[in-house]
Amino acid sequence: MNDRHGKPLHYADDHLRAILGRVRTIAMVGASPKWIRPSNFVMKYLLGKGYRVIPVNPAAAGQEILGQRAYGHLNEVPGPLDMVDIFRASDAAGAIVDEVISLAPEKSISVVWMQLGVRDDAAARRAEAASLIAVMDRCPKIEYGRLFGELSWCGVNTGIISAKRPVMHP
Amino acid sequence: MTDKDKNRALGFETRAIHAGSHPEPVTGARNTPIFQTTSYVFEDVDHAADLFNLQTFGFLYSRITNPTVAVLEERIANLEGGRAAVCAASGHAAQFLAFFTLLEPGDEFVASRNLYGGSVTQFGHSFKRLGWNCHFVDPLEPENFRRALTPKCKAIFLEGLANPGGIVVDMEPVAEIAHEAGIPLIVDNTMASPYLCRPIEWGADLVIHSTTKFLSGHGTSMGGAVVESGRFDWAQNDKFPSLTQPDPAYHGLTFHETFGDFGFTMKARSVALRDFGPALSPMNAFLTITGIETLPLRMERHVANAEKITRFLEGHPAVAWVSYAGLESSPYRQLARKYLAKGAGSVFTFGLKGGFEAGVKVVESVNLFSHLANVGDTRSLIIHPASTTHRQLDKDQQVASGAGPDVIRLSIGLESADDLIDDLDLALNHAAA
Repeated sequence: MNDRHGKPLHYADDHLRAILGRVRTIAMVGASPKWIRPSNFVMKYLLGKGYRVIPVNPAAAGQEILGQRAYGHLNEVPGPLDMVDIFRASDAAGAIVDEVISLAPEKSISVVWMQLGVRDDAAARRAEAASLIAVMDRCPKIEYGRLFGELSWCGVNTGIISAKRPVMHP
Repeated sequence: MTDKDKNRALGFETRAIHAGSHPEPVTGARNTPIFQTTSYVFEDVDHAADLFNLQTFGFLYSRITNPTVAVLEERIANLEGGRAAVCAASGHAAQFLAFFTLLEPGDEFVASRNLYGGSVTQFGHSFKRLGWNCHFVDPLEPENFRRALTPKCKAIFLEGLANPGGIVVDMEPVAEIAHEAGIPLIVDNTMASPYLCRPIEWGADLVIHSTTKFLSGHGTSMGGAVVESGRFDWAQNDKFPSLTQPDPAYHGLTFHETFGDFGFTMKARSVALRDFGPALSPMNAFLTITGIETLPLRMERHVANAEKITRFLEGHPAVAWVSYAGLESSPYRQLARKYLAKGAGSVFTFGLKGGFEAGVKVVESVNLFSHLANVGDTRSLIIHPASTTHRQLDKDQQVASGAGPDVIRLSIGLESADDLIDDLDLALNHAAA
């Protein structure tokens, strides 16, 4: 999105497409029960695309968000998980990444994804050193829409150029 | 995982044909279909709610999004090197969408005085009635923009290659002035097209087009576009509450937070386009998409013809002066080398030694040049701005914007250059006789 935290980030399309194609279960740290919040938008969209999304939010523990039971802490979420999506400010991301690293073997987590605007380069390096895939400053909803065609519908430059007949995902 | 996205390396010509346009997934139709429909069937009530709430991407009503228009939007965004674009029924409508998304009543902006006459009128008169106040400045000294800034200014606006006068504005330092003030630089890139100049590469944050001109290219279709660079941080100050504060027109949605680097485009579309309605028709979008496919070829020929014709005019005894930034004699030649390396477009002005009356005679004597109020057509066009496009301006404003009483504007088309030269030669000699 921008480079105010360091040099611009580049993630290859094929790399992000492979992550979003492989992952099935996502724990979303910071998922809001308020329907107008961005995290709620993203969670609803990903549920609609067939992902299982488990909200993590201490203020909503025990309640349901979009029909999914919310947990107070990441370590309470029953595994296995494929990915943790961090919907918290950048200065809170590092500690969550460290928790993901410690939980990864037990819960078979392979991807730690930091939302659009969330970036902690040192935490990403720690995750990668622990054999996790780290993505920063990207939104899985926007990237899913970009890579599988829907984002083109609202005038966004997806950068995807191909003369092959597209396969629309559900 | 940090490899450079290979798609970014594709050439302009490839992107002019392919960007935004994939084969239609259901039928395999290769060319972009004209989706001539007002509305789209919902999957169910929940899907409808998601669309109305902007929770998912999709089509709802063609005033806001249409699949044919969306192809054009993505193509223009791509060619300009921007993040996203929204199209509108005309260039004027595009300007309205941009300013409605930026300004509150009582806000101000600074604009170059060397603009298309219709923009001077829109900014100076009609916008004033909405409480938006424009300060016009001479753009030839970039510091003039800084001097005119007030705490209420929310943008700087200029035409890089200005209509009508062959003037090139040094936009890079103006972008720096805008960014030091925490406001965006808006560049109207209509006269150059993204083939000749890409303002975002020089620091522009929003790019405006009248797609009616070189992009559609054949004089068939009105249209406009606003392109967002994706690089401006709307949350850096409190000047843009429309983007950074919860929007009561959308249940308290905050556009910048929710849509990130295309938040401006989503807001312009979902509020300004939705609520004021200047939507681009699918048919016009289709014709513009088709036009853009040949934009690189057409611009090369437009430029080659304009260079030949301006050299001819410069040597003609009846001509007092020629203002074309592609000529060695132009005071804008150095700026044109910087911003318009592939050519200074094909719209320029010249003056006749015989003044106003000779000008009228030339306009009425040409045979191949069409006398009309447009530019950027395959056909060559001629006009006397003072009596037409710039007639709402007073005489001082006309002279200031390069449209004085003795001025003729040409838009050189794609005919045989020798035929155009012969046509002008006859008319000039007739006028001088």
